[in-house]
Amino acid sequence: MSEVLERVRKIVIDHLDADPDKVTEKASFIDDLEADSLDIVELVMAFEEEFDIEIPDDSAEHILTVGDAVSYIDGKLKS
Amino acid sequence: MFDLTGKTALVTGATGGLGAAIARSLHAQGAKVVLSGTRESVLAELAAELGAKRPDSAFIVAANLSDAAQVDGLVAKAEAVAGSGLDILIANAGITRDGLILRMKDEDWETVIKVNLEAYFRLARAATKGMMKRRHGRIIGITSIVGVTGNPGQTNYAASKAGMIGFSKALAQEVASRNITVNCIAPGFIASPMTDELNEAQRAAILAKIPAGALGEGSDIAAAAVYLASAEAGYVTGQTLHVNGGMAMI
Repeated sequence: MSEVLERVRKIVIDHLDADPDKVTEKASFIDDLEADSLDIVELVMAFEEEFDIEIPDDSAEHILTVGDAVSYIDGKLKS
Repeated sequence: MFDLTGKTALVTGATGGLGAAIARSLHAQGAKVVLSGTRESVLAELAAELGAKRPDSAFIVAANLSDAAQVDGLVAKAEAVAGSGLDILIANAGITRDGLILRMKDEDWETVIKVNLEAYFRLARAATKGMMKRRHGRIIGITSIVGVTGNPGQTNYAASKAGMIGFSKALAQEVASRNITVNCIAPGFIASPMTDELNEAQRAAILAKIPAGALGEGSDIAAAAVYLASAEAGYVTGQTLHVNGGMAMI
């Protein structure tokens, strides 16, 4: 498991108080993890803080699953 | 009831009569208060008065609310000096630049909107971040009866105060699920150094419009702030509490 995935999972589990078993790469924040729109904003802000990156709104809109977040952050860190 | 022990409040415009009255009341209910305003010596005096009652309970951060950068940094500074996250934001600072519309300069419009409305947005945005994480918060905007009834010569002021009410309703809906309430208090005619200078005829004309037959006091507004800041008011959000002796019943 990649380091980014581990850090993203930790944020998601802490923030949404989610069952760690459910926080897989395929898990959708809204459909599987019961996040609301405010949670998504908070998660995006938490990712920005954790990885010291900026996630613009139009990118954030496409981050729907744990895997989306990981691949977006991976891309940002490599660029 | 209405115990604010362990809570931290930021009060803007704390050098004014209303802001000072609100700060004193929140402090009397047990809250730590951070006083903000432009005149540092006046803030220091009030902080000394409150600090004498309870050590480490009153702090000051001077700020000019027409400067966006200062407004954006104010909540973080307040939390730093108080050493705790902000539970209660009282956006009380406000200015007037009255004039009939044909004589109103762009600058009079812009300054009033900036200090009264834009600063409220910036402060609330900064405060919401921490409040959402902590799952608790009270945001209270001090608006005015004029924001609802209008008043000739105050198009800028009335617009800014009505704007605060609309803003509060929208924000209240955004953050209600995080146990954060957003409300306004709309004072009517409150006794102040300005109203002390009215002559008898002016005074009588104003009082004729107030069923209670008297001007309000700062403490009347402060009591409303204590209520809205309290745990007991947790189910009240997006509202405007009118405190005006019956001058307008809305």
